[in-house]
Amino acid sequence: MPEFNCCGLPFDPVSHETMLILAAKNLAIAEQVGLNILTLCPGCAGTLKKVNKILKADKALKEKINSHLKEAGLEFKGTVETKHLLQLLKEDVGVEKIKSAVTRPLSGLKVAEHNGCHILRPKEFIGFDDPEDPQTLKMLIEATGATCLDYIDETECCGAPSVGVSDKIALQLARDKLNHIKMVEAQALVTICPFCHIMYDTNELRIEKTFNEVYGIPILHYPQLLGLAMGMSPEELAFSELRVNAKKIVEQFATQGAKQ
Amino acid sequence: MTEASASTSHLQGKEQPIKASEIDPTFKYELQKMHGSEKILKCFQCGTCTSDCPVARFSDSYRPRTLIHMAQLGLKDRVLNSDTLWLCAACFTCTDRCPQDVEVASVIRVFRNLATEKGCIPQVFKDQAQSLIETGYAYKIPDLRIKKRESQGLPPLPKGNPDTVKKTLKGVTFFDRVQKPQGERASDQQ
Repeated sequence: MPEFNCCGLPFDPVSHETMLILAAKNLAIAEQVGLNILTLCPGCAGTLKKVNKILKADKALKEKINSHLKEAGLEFKGTVETKHLLQLLKEDVGVEKIKSAVTRPLSGLKVAEHNGCHILRPKEFIGFDDPEDPQTLKMLIEATGATCLDYIDETECCGAPSVGVSDKIALQLARDKLNHIKMVEAQALVTICPFCHIMYDTNELRIEKTFNEVYGIPILHYPQLLGLAMGMSPEELAFSELRVNAKKIVEQFATQGAKQ
Repeated sequence: MTEASASTSHLQGKEQPIKASEIDPTFKYELQKMHGSEKILKCFQCGTCTSDCPVARFSDSYRPRTLIHMAQLGLKDRVLNSDTLWLCAACFTCTDRCPQDVEVASVIRVFRNLATEKGCIPQVFKDQAQSLIETGYAYKIPDLRIKKRESQGLPPLPKGNPDTVKKTLKGVTFFDRVQKPQGERASDQQ
């Protein structure tokens, strides 16, 4: 959708109205072509879900937002739904189908998951998983043959939204999570939110240096983990783009696949 | 904005005696009418929000319960001038766990929106607004990344549509302000 713009979420802190208009504009564009929206970012999915629900329930607000959209020849009606990739994999593809697509089971690989806030909360608007004990990502990880470990404060924030306001606090949040993940001896951390992935992957080395910690925990995005289990090559999955070296995992599984 | 500067407002909020002249008794009613902070008077100060807040764990000053209490008392300027407002990571843990359904994160968001109207806004948001005007997106994707995509054989990213964005945002106070050149924004504090 080339006409899409920012989902609006980054502007909610400074202007709720701006957020509503930007989100409603995207929804209205999708409505024009009669298509539901699939997002790769939980923040985008959360925002579009939330605004869709808010505007459908509040007629006066809907009219106000529509008066803005009219300037671009658009109108929000509330006829499309938004899903994040994770929700689509769970509800529309299904864990069984994913299991059957696995050609290189990642048996023996122990990982931890990080859902990220906006795929879980606020429950009122997202609601497809339990924010206090989320299971979807765990099930999808286990479908690849890997083991998903439990750890302390799994559902907590990675800190990314605080970057730029207080880097110190943002890094401390990520450090706290990495400490808990290290404690259970996970070989990798699996993310589903691009923002969280960037937060951990680009800052892990910085956190090690700043706080005198040692982690060496590669941050894999879930599609990379799934791709590996489906027999895709590390090149196709851009493993070399990761800042935290994932060589051990690649050697353990990608070469194993080549022998078969 | 640093944690050091935020710690000053923490003292202002907690340790300086409150003067009757700084109390705005209508503030809570103003908040009750705003989208997101309608339920602020339901807060009975249990502190679930602060004790579950991951930012509060590492910050000396960010305390959502305190901010809500200050607002209920009518300390409008203290709340809106507080640097700590901007530390909220919008993780919505407080919103989900509040026993009174206050939607704490949305209340904090309303505070931030009102602070923005007063001209208190961290630089990072001004940069994002500038990017929105120029590209239609909050974050500019660096040329290096775009080249990297090409080298990986990925299709080019769709171009945003800043023109229609500008059209639809016309008349929004925040947006009209950021579009003005720097010099005309006399009320900007940072």
